[in-house]
Amino acid sequence: MPCEAWSAKLALFVDAELPPDQNSEMEQHLRGCSACAATALASIQGKHALQQAGRKFHPDPAFRARIYREVERRHKDRRIWSIVSAGALAALVIAGVLLISLTRRQTNEQLLGEIADLHVSTLASQNPVDVVSTDRHTVKPWFEGKLPFTFDLPELENTPFTLVGGKVIYLRQAPGAELIFGLRQHRISLFIFQQRAVGSLHGAEITLPGSSLNLHAWSNNGLEYLLIGDVGNDDLNRLQALLRSAG
Amino acid sequence: MPLFDPLYNFACWLTHDRAEAEDLVQETFAKALKGFTSFQLGTNFRAWMFRIMHNTFLNSRTGLKAAMVPLENEENAPPALASNETPESLLLRRSDWQLVQDALEDLPLRYREVLLLCDVEELAYKEIASVLGIPIGTVMSRVSRARQALRDAIMRRKKGVANAV
Repeated sequence: MPCEAWSAKLALFVDAELPPDQNSEMEQHLRGCSACAATALASIQGKHALQQAGRKFHPDPAFRARIYREVERRHKDRRIWSIVSAGALAALVIAGVLLISLTRRQTNEQLLGEIADLHVSTLASQNPVDVVSTDRHTVKPWFEGKLPFTFDLPELENTPFTLVGGKVIYLRQAPGAELIFGLRQHRISLFIFQQRAVGSLHGAEITLPGSSLNLHAWSNNGLEYLLIGDVGNDDLNRLQALLRSAG
Repeated sequence: MPLFDPLYNFACWLTHDRAEAEDLVQETFAKALKGFTSFQLGTNFRAWMFRIMHNTFLNSRTGLKAAMVPLENEENAPPALASNETPESLLLRRSDWQLVQDALEDLPLRYREVLLLCDVEELAYKEIASVLGIPIGTVMSRVSRARQALRDAIMRRKKGVANAV
C-alpha cells in the first residue's frame, strides 16, 4: 500500500478508530516509514495539546455544592417515591394491566400535546421553516447531516397540496424533521422522529380535544410519522396516502 | 457526581458565558434525573449525558443562534488526512495554550463541539454521532474539517502576534 493510502488513515489511527487488523498493519508500517511516523506523532501531540487546552473551565465550589444539594434532594424524592411504590406493589400488580393502558394513554396524550404545541408555535412563528422551497429535491437534501435518519417526500404536482419547507426540531431530546405543507389557506405539519426516541401513537387518527386540529399517525421502518393540521380527516388521509406512497 | 466537571467545561465552551453554562449544567442534570428511566442499560452513559446537554443547548436562544452558522458541504469533505502541522507543532511554550484556546473559541459551534467531544472528552466517533445526532460519516468529515480550521486559526493568530511584535 502506498504511503498516501496510509496517510489517509492516520487520523483514524490517532483517534483509535481503525479496526484491530488495520491498526496492527498501521503500527507495522509506522515502524518502517519515518515520514508517516513523524506525521502520526505530530497528530498525537496535537490531540494531547488540544486536550490540555480544552480543559479550560472549572466549576467554582459554590456552584458545585449547589448542584450536589439539588441532585441529592431530587434523589431523596426518588427514594421516598420508591419506598411508596414498593408498599403499593401488591395493589399495582392487581391493577397492572389497567395501569399499563393508562400510562400508555397518558404518554400518548402528552405526545399529542407536545406535537400540537410544536405545530401551533410553527404557525405563529415569523420564520416557520428554515429551508423554504416547494421542491422536494431541495428540501430533503437540506436535512442530510442534520438528522440521524432519512425519509422520502412525494411528488405533489397535480395535487392540491404544496410543500412549503421544513426545519429541524427537537422532541424529548431527539432531533426530528418538521415539514410544512399548504392546502388552500391551511398549513399542515408533518413531524418525523425515530420511534425509539419518542414512542408511537400506533396509527392513531385523533381530533385533539378543545381544538380543530386533526392528527394522523403511522409508523414505517422505525420512524414515527405525525401529520397534524386544521383540515378535515379526508384531506389528511389524502396527504397521508401520498406520503406513504413515497416510502 | 458523575461527569460534573467535563459537562461544566463543555457547557462553558458551548455558551461562552459562565452564568449560562451553570444554567445549562443544572438543566442537564435535572433532565437526566427526570428521564433516567429512559436510559437504556448497556448503552453509553457519558454519551447519553452529553446528548442531553447538547440538545438542551440547541433549544436555548444562544444555541439556536450558534447552530444557524452554515458550514461547507460536509458530504464532499476530503478524507480525514493527518497533518504534521498540528497545534502542538505550532506551540513552543505552555503559555501558547492560550493561543489554542482562543483559536478554539473562534471556531463555529459545530467544529468546536466535535473537537471537544473527540479530543478533549475522547468519545468514539460512534458516541459522537449519538451525541450530535448525525451520521458517523459526517462525524469523520467534520472532525477533519474542524482540525484544519483550528490549524488555520492558530496560524492566523501566530502571524498576528508576530506582526504586532
